[in-house]
Amino acid sequence: MSDPGAGADGRHPLFMPLIFVGGLVFGVGLAVSRMARPEVVLDFLQFEDFGLLFVMGGAALVAGPVFHLATRSGKRAPLTDRVYDLRRKTLDSNVLLGGVVFGVGWGISGICPGAAYASVGIGNWPILAGIAGMFVGAYGQGVARDLLRD
Amino acid sequence: MALDFATLFPNGVLHYLVGGLLIGLATVAIYLGTGIAAGASTFLESTLSYVSDRDRFQQFRFVQSRGWRLVFTAGIVLGAAAYTALSGDDWFVTEVSTTRLFVGGVLVGVGTRVGKGCTSGHGICGVGSLSDASLLNVATFVLVAAGTAHVLLAMGVSP
Repeated sequence: MSDPGAGADGRHPLFMPLIFVGGLVFGVGLAVSRMARPEVVLDFLQFEDFGLLFVMGGAALVAGPVFHLATRSGKRAPLTDRVYDLRRKTLDSNVLLGGVVFGVGWGISGICPGAAYASVGIGNWPILAGIAGMFVGAYGQGVARDLLRD
Repeated sequence: MALDFATLFPNGVLHYLVGGLLIGLATVAIYLGTGIAAGASTFLESTLSYVSDRDRFQQFRFVQSRGWRLVFTAGIVLGAAAYTALSGDDWFVTEVSTTRLFVGGVLVGVGTRVGKGCTSGHGICGVGSLSDASLLNVATFVLVAAGTAHVLLAMGVSP
Protein backbone atom coordinates (compact mmCIF):
# COMPACT_ATOMS: atom_id res chain seq x y z
CA MET A 1 0.00 0.00 0.00
CA SER A 2 1.56 3.25 -1.08
CA ASP A 3 -0.79 5.56 0.74
CA PRO A 4 1.30 8.65 1.53
CA GLY A 5 -0.68 9.13 4.74
CA ALA A 6 0.08 5.63 6.01
CA GLY A 7 1.90 5.24 9.32
CA ALA A 8 4.91 3.03 10.00
CA ASP A 9 2.71 -0.08 10.24
CA GLY A 10 1.15 0.65 6.87
CA ARG A 11 -2.04 1.93 8.42
CA HIS A 12 -3.49 5.35 7.90
CA PRO A 13 -2.97 7.54 11.00
CA LEU A 14 -6.73 8.05 11.26
CA PHE A 15 -7.51 4.31 11.19
CA MET A 16 -7.29 3.64 14.94
CA PRO A 17 -8.92 6.96 15.95
CA LEU A 18 -11.91 6.16 13.72
CA ILE A 19 -12.21 2.64 15.14
CA PHE A 20 -12.06 4.08 18.66
CA VAL A 21 -14.66 6.80 18.04
CA GLY A 22 -16.85 4.24 16.26
CA GLY A 23 -16.56 2.01 19.33
CA LEU A 24 -17.49 4.92 21.60
CA VAL A 25 -20.65 5.70 19.63
CA PHE A 26 -21.48 1.99 19.44
CA GLY A 27 -21.17 1.79 23.24
CA VAL A 28 -23.29 4.89 23.76
CA GLY A 29 -25.97 3.32 21.54
CA LEU A 30 -25.98 0.12 23.57
CA ALA A 31 -26.26 2.12 26.81
CA VAL A 32 -28.98 4.47 25.50
CA SER A 33 -31.04 1.56 24.17
CA ARG A 34 -30.58 -0.35 27.47
CA MET A 35 -29.61 -3.43 25.45
CA ALA A 36 -26.52 -3.56 27.69
CA ARG A 37 -28.86 -4.75 30.46
CA PRO A 38 -29.50 -8.52 30.34
CA GLU A 39 -32.94 -7.94 31.88
CA VAL A 40 -34.04 -5.87 28.86
CA VAL A 41 -32.96 -8.63 26.46
CA LEU A 42 -34.74 -11.27 28.56
CA ASP A 43 -37.92 -9.14 28.61
CA PHE A 44 -37.76 -9.07 24.82
CA LEU A 45 -37.22 -12.82 24.56
CA GLN A 46 -40.07 -13.47 27.00
CA PHE A 47 -42.35 -11.21 24.90
CA GLU A 48 -42.77 -8.63 27.69
CA ASP A 49 -41.34 -5.73 25.67
CA PHE A 50 -40.66 -5.81 21.92
CA GLY A 51 -38.69 -2.55 21.91
CA LEU A 52 -35.42 -4.36 21.14
CA LEU A 53 -36.68 -4.81 17.56
CA PHE A 54 -36.01 -1.10 17.10
CA VAL A 55 -32.41 -1.47 18.22
CA MET A 56 -31.40 -4.23 15.81
CA GLY A 57 -33.83 -3.08 13.14
CA GLY A 58 -32.81 0.57 13.41
CA ALA A 59 -29.13 -0.27 13.17
CA ALA A 60 -29.61 -2.64 10.21
CA LEU A 61 -31.78 -0.09 8.40
CA VAL A 62 -29.03 2.51 8.70
CA ALA A 63 -26.26 0.11 7.71
CA GLY A 64 -28.05 -1.68 4.86
CA PRO A 65 -28.48 1.16 2.34
CA VAL A 66 -24.98 2.52 3.03
CA PHE A 67 -23.38 -0.91 2.53
CA HIS A 68 -25.26 -1.37 -0.75
CA LEU A 69 -24.59 2.10 -2.12
CA ALA A 70 -20.90 1.97 -1.23
CA THR A 71 -20.52 -1.49 -2.75
CA ARG A 72 -22.28 -0.42 -5.93
CA SER A 73 -20.00 2.62 -6.21
CA GLY A 74 -16.99 0.34 -6.74
CA LYS A 75 -14.88 2.75 -4.72
CA ARG A 76 -12.28 2.00 -2.06
CA ALA A 77 -12.28 2.97 1.60
CA PRO A 78 -10.02 6.01 2.16
CA LEU A 79 -8.22 4.70 5.27
CA THR A 80 -7.45 1.15 4.10
CA ASP A 81 -7.81 1.12 0.31
CA ARG A 82 -10.17 -1.84 0.75
CA VAL A 83 -12.85 -2.27 -1.90
CA TYR A 84 -16.31 -1.84 -0.35
CA ASP A 85 -18.21 -5.09 -0.31
CA LEU A 86 -21.21 -6.61 1.40
CA ARG A 87 -20.88 -8.82 4.46
CA ARG A 88 -21.89 -12.16 3.00
CA LYS A 89 -20.61 -15.32 4.68
CA THR A 90 -20.97 -18.76 3.14
CA LEU A 91 -24.24 -20.42 4.12
CA ASP A 92 -23.47 -23.88 5.50
CA SER A 93 -24.60 -26.12 8.35
CA ASN A 94 -22.30 -24.28 10.78
CA VAL A 95 -24.35 -21.11 10.33
CA LEU A 96 -27.43 -23.01 11.50
CA LEU A 97 -25.68 -24.96 14.27
CA GLY A 98 -23.95 -21.84 15.59
CA GLY A 99 -27.25 -19.95 15.56
CA VAL A 100 -28.90 -22.65 17.66
CA VAL A 101 -26.08 -22.74 20.24
CA PHE A 102 -25.87 -18.94 20.37
CA GLY A 103 -29.66 -18.78 20.75
CA VAL A 104 -29.68 -21.12 23.75
CA GLY A 105 -26.92 -19.07 25.38
CA TRP A 106 -28.64 -15.75 24.62
CA GLY A 107 -31.92 -17.11 26.00
CA ILE A 108 -30.28 -18.35 29.20
CA SER A 109 -28.32 -15.20 29.94
CA GLY A 110 -29.64 -12.26 27.91
CA ILE A 111 -26.10 -11.37 26.83
CA CYS A 112 -24.39 -11.15 23.46
CA PRO A 113 -20.80 -10.01 22.81
CA GLY A 114 -21.23 -6.31 21.97
CA ALA A 115 -23.86 -5.71 24.63
CA ALA A 116 -21.70 -7.53 27.18
CA TYR A 117 -18.74 -5.19 26.56
CA ALA A 118 -21.06 -2.19 26.97
CA SER A 119 -22.47 -3.79 30.09
CA VAL A 120 -19.04 -3.48 31.73
CA GLY A 121 -19.23 0.24 31.00
CA ILE A 122 -22.59 0.72 32.72
CA GLY A 123 -21.12 -0.75 35.90
CA ASN A 124 -22.53 -4.26 35.57
CA TRP A 125 -19.55 -6.10 37.07
CA PRO A 126 -21.19 -9.57 37.21
CA ILE A 127 -21.13 -9.50 33.38
CA LEU A 128 -17.41 -10.30 33.65
CA ALA A 129 -18.49 -13.88 34.41
CA GLY A 130 -20.39 -13.87 31.13
CA ILE A 131 -17.44 -12.46 29.17
CA ALA A 132 -15.14 -15.03 30.81
CA GLY A 133 -17.62 -17.66 29.65
CA MET A 134 -17.49 -16.30 26.08
CA PHE A 135 -13.70 -16.65 26.01
CA VAL A 136 -13.95 -20.18 27.42
CA GLY A 137 -16.53 -21.03 24.75
CA ALA A 138 -14.54 -19.44 21.92
CA TYR A 139 -11.39 -21.29 23.04
CA GLY A 140 -13.24 -24.56 23.59
CA GLN A 141 -14.83 -24.58 20.14
CA GLY A 142 -11.40 -23.96 18.61
CA VAL A 143 -9.88 -26.93 20.44
CA ALA A 144 -12.89 -29.14 19.69
CA ARG A 145 -12.89 -28.30 15.98
CA ASP A 146 -9.15 -29.03 15.77
CA LEU A 147 -9.72 -32.41 17.42
CA LEU A 148 -12.62 -33.23 15.10
CA ARG A 149 -10.57 -32.29 12.06
CA ASP A 150 -7.62 -34.57 12.94
CA MET B 1 -54.98 -9.33 25.88
CA ALA B 2 -55.17 -6.56 23.35
CA LEU B 3 -52.04 -6.13 21.26
CA ASP B 4 -51.96 -2.39 21.57
CA PHE B 5 -48.89 -0.19 21.62
CA ALA B 6 -48.62 -0.03 25.42
CA THR B 7 -48.72 -3.82 25.66
CA LEU B 8 -46.08 -4.40 23.01
CA PHE B 9 -43.86 -1.50 24.11
CA PRO B 10 -44.47 -0.85 27.82
CA ASN B 11 -41.33 1.31 28.00
CA GLY B 12 -41.93 3.25 24.79
CA VAL B 13 -39.74 2.97 21.70
CA LEU B 14 -37.77 6.21 21.55
CA HIS B 15 -34.67 5.19 23.53
CA TYR B 16 -34.58 1.88 21.66
CA LEU B 17 -34.74 3.64 18.31
CA VAL B 18 -32.16 6.31 19.21
CA GLY B 19 -29.80 3.61 20.52
CA GLY B 20 -30.25 1.54 17.38
CA LEU B 21 -29.61 4.53 15.12
CA LEU B 22 -26.42 5.35 17.04
CA ILE B 23 -25.21 1.76 16.69
CA GLY B 24 -26.00 1.92 12.98
CA LEU B 25 -24.19 5.25 12.67
CA ALA B 26 -21.07 3.82 14.35
CA THR B 27 -21.15 0.77 12.07
CA VAL B 28 -21.51 2.98 8.98
CA ALA B 29 -18.72 5.38 10.03
CA ILE B 30 -16.25 2.52 10.49
CA TYR B 31 -17.41 0.90 7.25
CA LEU B 32 -17.12 4.04 5.11
CA GLY B 33 -13.68 4.87 6.51
CA THR B 34 -12.17 1.40 6.45
CA GLY B 35 -14.38 -0.91 4.37
CA ILE B 36 -14.67 -3.16 7.44
CA ALA B 37 -18.06 -4.51 8.51
CA ALA B 38 -17.22 -4.59 12.21
CA GLY B 39 -18.71 -7.31 14.37
CA ALA B 40 -18.17 -7.66 18.11
CA SER B 41 -17.58 -11.39 18.52
CA THR B 42 -14.43 -11.90 16.41
CA PHE B 43 -12.74 -10.00 19.26
CA LEU B 44 -12.95 -13.22 21.29
CA GLU B 45 -10.77 -15.24 18.90
CA SER B 46 -8.53 -12.36 17.86
CA THR B 47 -7.74 -11.66 21.52
CA LEU B 48 -7.07 -15.35 22.16
CA SER B 49 -4.32 -15.05 19.51
CA TYR B 50 -2.29 -13.05 22.07
CA VAL B 51 -2.20 -15.99 24.49
CA SER B 52 -2.70 -19.18 22.47
CA ASP B 53 -0.20 -20.66 20.00
CA ARG B 54 -2.87 -22.78 18.35
CA ASP B 55 -2.90 -22.46 14.56
CA ARG B 56 -6.62 -21.75 14.66
CA PHE B 57 -6.13 -18.57 16.67
CA GLN B 58 -2.89 -17.62 14.91
CA GLN B 59 -4.68 -17.22 11.56
CA PHE B 60 -3.67 -14.04 9.76
CA ARG B 61 -7.18 -12.61 9.91
CA PHE B 62 -7.13 -12.73 13.72
CA VAL B 63 -3.53 -11.59 14.26
CA GLN B 64 -3.74 -8.65 11.87
CA SER B 65 -7.06 -7.43 13.28
CA ARG B 66 -6.50 -8.07 16.99
CA GLY B 67 -5.11 -4.59 17.68
CA TRP B 68 -8.01 -2.64 16.27
CA ARG B 69 -10.56 -5.07 17.70
CA LEU B 70 -9.12 -4.37 21.15
CA VAL B 71 -9.46 -0.63 20.49
CA PHE B 72 -13.04 -1.09 19.20
CA THR B 73 -14.02 -3.05 22.30
CA ALA B 74 -12.36 -0.53 24.63
CA GLY B 75 -14.35 2.17 22.84
CA ILE B 76 -17.61 0.26 23.44
CA VAL B 77 -16.87 -0.05 27.17
CA LEU B 78 -15.82 3.59 27.52
CA GLY B 79 -18.73 4.91 25.42
CA ALA B 80 -21.25 3.12 27.62
CA ALA B 81 -19.42 4.34 30.74
CA ALA B 82 -19.23 7.94 29.53
CA TYR B 83 -22.93 7.98 28.66
CA THR B 84 -23.89 6.59 32.06
CA ALA B 85 -21.64 9.05 33.90
CA LEU B 86 -22.73 12.11 31.92
CA SER B 87 -26.44 11.39 31.47
CA GLY B 88 -27.16 10.87 35.14
CA ASP B 89 -28.41 7.35 34.36
CA ASP B 90 -28.06 4.99 37.30
CA TRP B 91 -25.14 2.56 37.22
CA PHE B 92 -26.60 -0.86 36.65
CA VAL B 93 -25.93 -4.24 38.23
CA THR B 94 -27.86 -7.21 36.88
CA GLU B 95 -29.82 -9.60 39.05
CA VAL B 96 -29.30 -12.45 36.60
CA SER B 97 -27.22 -15.02 38.45
CA THR B 98 -23.51 -15.39 37.78
CA THR B 99 -24.09 -19.03 36.87
CA ARG B 100 -26.58 -18.08 34.16
CA LEU B 101 -24.23 -15.39 32.85
CA PHE B 102 -21.29 -17.79 32.72
CA VAL B 103 -23.13 -20.76 31.21
CA GLY B 104 -24.90 -18.50 28.73
CA GLY B 105 -21.58 -16.84 27.94
CA VAL B 106 -19.90 -20.16 27.14
CA LEU B 107 -22.69 -21.06 24.70
CA VAL B 108 -22.57 -17.58 23.17
CA GLY B 109 -18.80 -17.97 22.73
CA VAL B 110 -19.22 -21.32 20.99
CA GLY B 111 -22.26 -20.34 18.96
CA THR B 112 -21.04 -17.04 17.58
CA ARG B 113 -17.72 -18.52 16.51
CA VAL B 114 -19.17 -21.67 14.93
CA GLY B 115 -21.97 -19.63 13.36
CA LYS B 116 -19.60 -16.96 11.95
CA GLY B 117 -21.07 -13.98 13.72
CA CYS B 118 -23.27 -12.48 16.39
CA THR B 119 -25.94 -9.86 16.94
CA SER B 120 -23.75 -7.17 15.35
CA GLY B 121 -21.85 -9.08 12.65
CA HIS B 122 -24.84 -11.07 11.39
CA GLY B 123 -27.64 -8.99 12.94
CA ILE B 124 -26.59 -5.58 11.67
CA CYS B 125 -23.92 -5.92 8.98
CA GLY B 126 -25.11 -9.25 7.56
CA VAL B 127 -28.82 -8.47 7.64
CA GLY B 128 -28.06 -5.02 6.24
CA SER B 129 -26.18 -6.77 3.42
CA LEU B 130 -29.21 -9.05 2.87
CA SER B 131 -26.90 -12.05 3.29
CA ASP B 132 -28.83 -15.34 3.23
CA ALA B 133 -26.47 -16.84 5.84
CA SER B 134 -27.04 -13.92 8.19
CA LEU B 135 -30.81 -13.87 7.75
CA LEU B 136 -30.97 -17.59 8.53
CA ASN B 137 -28.59 -17.27 11.49
CA VAL B 138 -30.49 -14.35 13.03
CA ALA B 139 -33.90 -15.97 12.56
CA THR B 140 -32.50 -19.12 14.17
CA PHE B 141 -30.92 -17.49 17.20
CA VAL B 142 -33.87 -15.21 17.92
CA LEU B 143 -36.39 -18.07 17.76
CA VAL B 144 -34.21 -20.45 19.79
CA ALA B 145 -33.43 -17.75 22.36
CA ALA B 146 -37.10 -16.85 22.76
CA GLY B 147 -37.93 -20.54 23.22
CA THR B 148 -35.13 -20.97 25.76
CA ALA B 149 -36.16 -17.87 27.71
CA HIS B 150 -39.75 -19.10 27.84
CA VAL B 151 -38.67 -22.54 29.07
CA LEU B 152 -36.64 -20.92 31.87
CA LEU B 153 -39.62 -18.71 32.72
CA ALA B 154 -41.92 -21.74 32.88
CA MET B 155 -39.38 -23.50 35.12
CA GLY B 156 -39.52 -20.53 37.47
CA VAL B 157 -35.88 -19.50 36.97
CA SER B 158 -35.82 -15.86 38.02
CA PRO B 159 -34.02 -13.70 37.59
